[in-house]
Amino acid sequence: MAAAATESGVSRWQYLDHIRRTRGPFNQDSDVSEEALATLDKTKILVIGAGGLGCEILKNLALSGFKDIHVIDMGTNSYALAPDTIDISNLNRQFLFRKDDVGKFKAEVAAKFVEKRVQGVKITPHNCRIQEFDEDFYMQFQMVVCGLDSIEARRWINATLVNMVDMENQDSLKPLIDGGTEGFKGQTRVVFPTLTPCIECQLDLYTPRAAVPLCTLATIPRQPEHCIEWAHIIAWDQEKPFPSLDKDDPEHITWLYRKALARAQEFGITGVTYSLTQGVVKNIIPAIASTNAIIAASCCNEALKIATTAAPSLGFEESYMMYSGDDSIYTNTFKYEKKEDCAVCGEVAKPLEVNPNWTLRELLDSFSTKADLQLKKPSIRAEGKTLYMQFPPSIEEQTRSNLDKTLKEGLGLDVNHEVAVTDPAFPALTFRFILRFA
Amino acid sequence: MTEIVMSQTPPILHGPTEKEKKYDRQLRLWAASGQAALEAANILLVNSGAGTVGVETLKNLVLPGKFTIADDAIVNEADLGVNFFLDESCLGKLRSECCTKLLQELNPEVQGEWFPKKEVRKTHLVDQDSCAGILDLRSTLESSSTFTLIMYTHPIKEELLSIIKSYATEHKTPLVAIHSAVDTHPEVEKTTDLRLLNPWPELVEFSREMTKDIDALDDHEHGHLPYVVILLHYLEEWRQSHNGQNPISYNDKTAFSKFVLSKARTNNPEGGEENFQEAATAINKNIKAPELEPGVQEIFNHQVSDEIERRSSFWVIAKAIEAFYNKHGCLPLPGALPDMKAQSTVYVKLQSIYKTKARQDAQEVLETARALPGGKDVDPAEVDLFCKNARFVKLINATPTSENLDAIFDAETMNDEAAEAMKVETDGAFTLPMSNLFIYLALVATSHNIASTADEIMSSITGLIPKAAGSQRVLEASQEVARAAGGELHNISALTGGMVAQEVIKIITKHEKPGSLANLTIRHIHTISPFWLEKAGDVIVGPQTLCGNARLDVRQLLNVA
Repeated sequence: MAAAATESGVSRWQYLDHIRRTRGPFNQDSDVSEEALATLDKTKILVIGAGGLGCEILKNLALSGFKDIHVIDMGTNSYALAPDTIDISNLNRQFLFRKDDVGKFKAEVAAKFVEKRVQGVKITPHNCRIQEFDEDFYMQFQMVVCGLDSIEARRWINATLVNMVDMENQDSLKPLIDGGTEGFKGQTRVVFPTLTPCIECQLDLYTPRAAVPLCTLATIPRQPEHCIEWAHIIAWDQEKPFPSLDKDDPEHITWLYRKALARAQEFGITGVTYSLTQGVVKNIIPAIASTNAIIAASCCNEALKIATTAAPSLGFEESYMMYSGDDSIYTNTFKYEKKEDCAVCGEVAKPLEVNPNWTLRELLDSFSTKADLQLKKPSIRAEGKTLYMQFPPSIEEQTRSNLDKTLKEGLGLDVNHEVAVTDPAFPALTFRFILRFA
Repeated sequence: MTEIVMSQTPPILHGPTEKEKKYDRQLRLWAASGQAALEAANILLVNSGAGTVGVETLKNLVLPGKFTIADDAIVNEADLGVNFFLDESCLGKLRSECCTKLLQELNPEVQGEWFPKKEVRKTHLVDQDSCAGILDLRSTLESSSTFTLIMYTHPIKEELLSIIKSYATEHKTPLVAIHSAVDTHPEVEKTTDLRLLNPWPELVEFSREMTKDIDALDDHEHGHLPYVVILLHYLEEWRQSHNGQNPISYNDKTAFSKFVLSKARTNNPEGGEENFQEAATAINKNIKAPELEPGVQEIFNHQVSDEIERRSSFWVIAKAIEAFYNKHGCLPLPGALPDMKAQSTVYVKLQSIYKTKARQDAQEVLETARALPGGKDVDPAEVDLFCKNARFVKLINATPTSENLDAIFDAETMNDEAAEAMKVETDGAFTLPMSNLFIYLALVATSHNIASTADEIMSSITGLIPKAAGSQRVLEASQEVARAAGGELHNISALTGGMVAQEVIKIITKHEKPGSLANLTIRHIHTISPFWLEKAGDVIVGPQTLCGNARLDVRQLLNVA
C-alpha cells in the first residue's frame, strides 16, 4: 500500500496510511499490524449500480485505496431487458458522465473515467442485470456495496448473499453495505448476512405509497395529482390514444398532461404542470448530488472500516444510519432487530391475518401493498395443493378459477393452515405464512 | 411539491427543454426559482490544507453559475491520493488552476476562475506561514464581481480571515467555514396550522353555512363534509356543554374524538364515514393549546444588542411577527390545507379561504415591518417565507463563552449518562444520541494547529473547562482527533462536502422547508449520534454567529473512522 515517497518526502497515500498505522482509542494493536495493513490490497469489492450513488461510490473506493473493483449496472426498472444507459437527466448529479456519453452504458463510462483519474485502480464493468449472475460470480468478492434505487434489486441481492452463507466456510460471508437516498434524506445500512438483520427483515421500513381511492379520481378530485392519476388510469384506458403507454415518450406525457389540465380546470384545481405529470406517472424521486455524496461517502467509509479494521464499523450493534437534511441536519444511528419469521434469514412461518370471506384475488392483491411483502406477481400454494400459479400459462389457466373463490368457504382454508407464496422477482424466496382469521 | 411545481411554466406543445431535462431531478426539489438562484450565484472557495473538502463541496453544487478557487498550494503526490479533481499531469502545478479546470469539465455552462495566477514554487503542507503574502486575497476580492457566498477551509491565517470577514460584513455575504461538520437538532414535529381553536370570521361562516342543517344533509353531502368543517362544528357543540372550554387535555381529546365518531352515519355498507374517521384522526395534531414553540418564544425574547443587526430584515420581520402574535394571539397563518375527503368545489373553496387569510396575515406583517426602523425596504417575499415558517424558526446561539461552556459541559455529560443508562436498561433496544460536545472541543483545540498531539488537545480543553480533565469521552475524542494528524481521508471529505453543499443550497435557494432556511436559523451545539464519533469519528457541530446573514461554521476534521 505504502507507495514510495517522492523527493519532497510526500507519498500518495500518506493521509490514509497514517490513520491505518496509528492506533486510535477505538481499535486495537492487532488492527494496525502489518498483516492487517495488507488486507486492503487483497480485497475485491463489488459495486451494484452506477447511477448517482454508484458514481460517488466508485470514486470514493478508488480514493480509499481499493485496487480491484467490479461494477454492475442494470436497468432502472426491473422489467427493462437492456442495461441502463445514460440519460440527460442524470447529468445534474452523476458527475462521471458528460453530454457526449448520453446513450452509453453507465457502468462502462464510469469505470473508465475513474480508472483514468486514479492511477493503479482496476475497475471491471458489467452491463447487465444482477440476476444474470450466479453464486459463483458473487463468491469471488469480499464485500458488496449497493447504490440502487430499486427495492426489488436490493431484496434480490440480499436473498442471494444470505443463501450463499455456508457456516463451514468463512469466506462465504459477504458483508452487504446498502445506501439509499430521496431528496435531502438518505440511509446507510450494513448487513452481515445471517448474523445481523438483513434487508428483508427491514422491509417494513419502506411503506409502499398509499394509493388514492379510485372514486376520488373518478368523481371528486381535489389535488393536481388526482387529475393526473385520472388521466393516467381512467382517461387513457377509455380513449387509448396510443397502442400502449410509453412513459418516456414526450408525446404520450403531453397527452396525459393536457387531459389532466383540462380536468383540473373543470374542477378549479391549480398546479397541474408537465413536470408534475411526468413525476406522478413515472413516480420520479427527486435526487440531488449532495445527498448522494453524503450517503455514498458513509457507505464507503464503512467499507474501508470493514476492510481495514481502522475503526469499528456499523453492523453488529447499530446497523442503520439515517440522515435527514430536510430540517437543518439530523442523523441517528440505531440497532435493528433480526426477525425470526423473516422470509430470507428467519426460520419460522409468519402469522398472516386474513378475512375468511376474502376471495383469493383479494388476498393476492393485498400482497402488493403490504409493507413486508410488496409482491407484484404472487403465486400461492397451500399444504398439498396449488391455489394459484402465475406461470406456466397452462397451470395459470387451471388455477385461475380459484381467484374468485373465498378463502374459507370456497377453498377450505382455515386457521393455522400454512400457505407458501412465491414471486418470479425473487426466485430464491418462499414466504411462509400461518393463517389467522380477523 | 405541488406548490413548487406551480411556479414553472408548463410547456404546452413540446416536452421539457434540454435544460429542464438535465436538471429535472433537482428542479423537483427546489423548482425553477431555486435553480435560477443557484445559477446566478458566484461562489468563492478559499482553500488550504489538504484541500479536498472544499472541492468536493463545489462538485456537489454542480455547479453554481460562477465559482472561484483561491489556493496557492502546488499539487503534490499526497493530493492525488485524496483529491479526485486532480490527476498525474497536475503534479507540480497550481492546485487552484488544476481543480478549477477539472471541476469545470463537469458542467460547460459554468464559469470557473482561480487565484493566484502565477505559480510560486513551494509545498503547501510544509510551511503554512510562507503562504501569507502569496495569496493576495484582497486583490482577488476587489477584481471579481460580488460573491454570493464565500467558503473557507481551516486552517486559515488570521489576516486572511479578517479580510474575508470585513468583505462579508460590507456585502452581507454568507460565510461558510469548513471544518468538520454541521449542526443538528431533533426534528420538530411538522404540523399544519388549521387554526381550529382560533378561526377567523370567513372560515366560521363557511363552516356554519355547511353544517346549519347537518342532520338534514343527504348521505352523500354528509359523507363529504371536509373534516375541518366537521371539527369546527362539533367544537362549538362541545364548548356549549363544557363551559366554553376546548378539548385540550388528553382525556378531553379522547372524549371529543369519541363524540365526533358517534356523529358519523352508520347506515351504509362500510358502517361509518371516511370523513368522520379523518376528523377523529386529525384531532390530536390539530387541536392544540395556543402556545408558541420554544424556539419562537426565544426569538421574541432575544435582545439584539448590535444596532446594524437589529435593523437586518430578519430581526425586523421577527419584531413584526411578534407584534402580530401579541395582537391576535396566534402566528400568521401558513395557508396550506392538507388533502381531505370533500367535494371538489367545496375543497377548492376551503383552500382559497385559507390562502386568502394567509395573504392577509402576511400583508399585515409586511405593513408592520415597513413601519419599523430599518424596515422600509423589507422584501415581501421574505415576509411570506418567514410567515410560512414562523412556527419553526429557532434561535440557536452563537459562540459559547467559557461560562456557558461550563454549563453546557454539565448538561451534555448528563445527557451521555442518561443515554448510557437507557442503553443498559433496554439492552440496546432504545438508544439516545450521545453528545458531540466532546468532539467539538477537540476540534476547536486544533483549529490553529491541526497537527496537535492528544496531550496538547487535552490541555487546551482543560484550559477552557477544568473539569473536562476526568472525562473519558474528552480523552477519546482528543486521541481520535490527534490520530488524523491534519490529514484528510477522502470519504470524510466527501461526506462533509455533501453536507456543506446541502447547507449552501439551502442558503442560496432559500429552500422552503421548515427550519432549514439557514439564514433564519442560528445554531447551537447539539448532538448528532455516537456513530459519528465512535465509528465515523468526524462530524461535529460548530458554533455559529449571525451577522446580517447566515454563517455556518463547519469544520473538516480529517479523521478516520
